[in-house]
Amino acid sequence: MSSRTSLEKPAGAMTGGNTDGPQRLQALYAVMTLIRQVEQALSRLFADGDVPGFIHLSVGQEAVAAGVASALSGADTLATTHRGHGHVLARGIDVEGLFKEIMGKAGGLCQGRGGSMHVADLKLGILGANGIVGAGIPIAVGSAMAHAMQKSGAVAVVFFGDGAMAEGVLHESLNMAALWKLPLLFVCENNGWSEFSPTSQQFAGKLEALAGAFGITHELVDGNDALAVSVAARAAVGDLRAGRGPRVLECVTHRVRGHFEGDPQKYRNADEMTAAANLDPIARARASLLELGAGAADVDALDERAGAMVDAAIAAARADGLPSFANAVQDVYTQQERT
Amino acid sequence: MSATEMRYVHAIAQALRDSMDADSDVMLLGEDIAGAGGSFKATRGLLETFGPERVRDTPISEASIVSAAVGAALSGAKPVVEIMFMDFITLAMDALVNQAAKARFMFGGQGSVPMVLRTPHGGGLSAGPQHSQCLEAWLAHVPGLKVVCPSTAQDAYSLLRAAIDDPDPVMFIEHKALYAAKGTVDTDVVAAIGSARIARSGRDVTVVSYGATVAVCLSAAERLALEGIEVEVVDLRTVQPWDRATVLASLARTHRAVIVHEAVQAFGVGAEIAATLADDGFDELDAPVVRVGAPFMPVPFATSLEKAYQVDADAVIAAIRKTLL
Repeated sequence: MSSRTSLEKPAGAMTGGNTDGPQRLQALYAVMTLIRQVEQALSRLFADGDVPGFIHLSVGQEAVAAGVASALSGADTLATTHRGHGHVLARGIDVEGLFKEIMGKAGGLCQGRGGSMHVADLKLGILGANGIVGAGIPIAVGSAMAHAMQKSGAVAVVFFGDGAMAEGVLHESLNMAALWKLPLLFVCENNGWSEFSPTSQQFAGKLEALAGAFGITHELVDGNDALAVSVAARAAVGDLRAGRGPRVLECVTHRVRGHFEGDPQKYRNADEMTAAANLDPIARARASLLELGAGAADVDALDERAGAMVDAAIAAARADGLPSFANAVQDVYTQQERT
Repeated sequence: MSATEMRYVHAIAQALRDSMDADSDVMLLGEDIAGAGGSFKATRGLLETFGPERVRDTPISEASIVSAAVGAALSGAKPVVEIMFMDFITLAMDALVNQAAKARFMFGGQGSVPMVLRTPHGGGLSAGPQHSQCLEAWLAHVPGLKVVCPSTAQDAYSLLRAAIDDPDPVMFIEHKALYAAKGTVDTDVVAAIGSARIARSGRDVTVVSYGATVAVCLSAAERLALEGIEVEVVDLRTVQPWDRATVLASLARTHRAVIVHEAVQAFGVGAEIAATLADDGFDELDAPVVRVGAPFMPVPFATSLEKAYQVDADAVIAAIRKTLL
C-alpha cells in the first residue's frame, strides 16, 4: 500500500491557486496533523526501542513545513536538516517508506541505509535531510543553479535552523545566490535553540542584517501561523519564479521536544518549555478553522485520516524484513553494465 | 580531429569542450575559470563558446562550490568543479566526504552524483607547503569516491571524458608540473576508469606508479636497461578503484615489486598496494615489496629543499636494486 496517494489530495489542493480562507487552512491543517502524528508515533517507537540510533523531532514547528511546502510544485527541489521529517512529509513523501526507513527495514525509502537524518526521495525533488548542520544550504544553491541552467522554471528551497546561522556555508551561499540571482528560497526555522544552547549565545548577528548585506530581501514571519507562512512562501516563490533572485524567509517558531529524543533538556527552564508547547500551531489552526465555520467533526476527520495512515504505515513497517547487506555493499557505486 | 600533438593542459581543455558539446547538462564551475580561463588555463575559451550559465566563475568559497556541484548533480546537471590547488580541498571535505561520496548509498541507490572535481596536486614549482600537496590517499579512503590521476596528455583527455560520463563522483587529479608536457592525443581513444596501463614492459621488476612519477620511473627504467635490468612500469591511471589484476599479473611475470608515488609514503596509496601484493601476490614474491614516497614532512618551499624532498630516479633505482639483492 502506498500512503503517498492519499496525501496528494490535500497537497494538490494547496497548490491549486487562490483557495484562500478555510479550504487553504484546512489543507495546511491536514499536513500538520500528519506530521505531528508521525512524530508522536516515532517518539513512542523510539522509547520502545523500535527505532535505532537517534531522532530529532519538529513537534511545534509543523506550520513552517506545511506553509512552505504549500508554495511548491512539480520539479521544485528541497534540501533539509536533521530535523526534517516535517518538510519531507509536507512534500508528500511516502509515509510507509518513511517509517520503514527510520525503523531500519528493507522497504525503507533509502533501504535502511540513511535513517531519520538522511531521508530522501529524488523523484519528489527531496535532496535529503542532512546530518551536518548547514550542509543542505550550498547543496540547494547547486540545485537552484541547475534549475537556472536548464531554464526549467523550478525553484530550490532549503530549510535550516538558527543553529546554522553561524556556519560559513550560509554566508557563502547567500553570496552566491545573490550574485547569480538564483531561484533559491532560504527558509530559516528560528526556534531559538542551537542544539543545546540558546542561539543568543551562539550568533552575534541577525539574519535580516546578513541577508541585507547581500541585498537579499528578508521576511520575518510567525512560524507558528501556517497561513501566514503559506502566504509569505507563495509570495517569495512567485518572486523566485519571476527571476527576481533569492529570498530569505525567517520563521520564528518553537522547539517543543529536546534536541534529540531522550534529551533531558536540563539546559531549559520549565516555563519556557511550557510556553513553547502552548504556542502549538496545530491547536491554533484548529481554533481558526472552527472560527471560520468548519465543523469540529470535519477537523477530527483530518486527524483520524492521518492517524489511520500512520497506523497502517507502522503495521507495514513492523511486518517488513531487514535490509540486505549484500545489496548495500553493491550500492556504493553505480553498477555499470560491462561492455 | 583524431591524433594531434598537444600539451596536457590543452588535452584537458579539449575534453571539457568535447564533453560540453556532447551533453548540454555538463557545466563548469570554479574560481577564475570563466573570464580568466583558469589559473592553469585549462578552461580557456569555454566561456565564449558555452556562456556564463555553463561556465561559472565562482567566489572563493570552496566549501560551497563543491557542495553546489553535489546539489546540481542531484538535480540533473553534470557539474565539473575546479579547485585551483588540491590543498584547498581541505575546505570542501564535507561536500566530498559526507555528501558526494555517500548520497548514492545513503539514499538507497535512488540516484547518483555525476560530478567531477578537477584539481592539480604535486610540487616541483616551489609553491610551498600549502600549494604542493598530494592528498589523493585521503580521497581514495572514502567509499563512494573514484580517484583518477592521469600521467599523459592522452589519458588526461580520455579519462576526463570518462570521468564526466561516469555516474558517480570522480576526483580528477592533475599535476601542475605536467600541464606543459606534450603528447599525442587521439580524441577517439576511449579509456576506462579503473584500468592501468603498462607504460614499459620488462621481465625483472614491476614498478607501479601514477601521475607525474610515472615519468620518473620510466627514466629510472631507461638507466637500468643500460645494465641489462628490465623494468616493467605500470601506470595505474586510476587510484580508486585501482587495477589489481594488471598489477598482480605483472608481479606474476617479474616476482618483484616497487611502488612509487610523490605523496608522503606513510599511510599512502603505496601501503594499500603493498599490502595487497603481500597478501594476494604472496606466492609470486621473490623479494619484499619496496615503497618509494616522500618523507613524512610538509612540502618545503626552497628549491634546494624541495628537490631533496621529491622522489627522483635515483630513489627509484635504489629501491629497485633492493628488490634484486
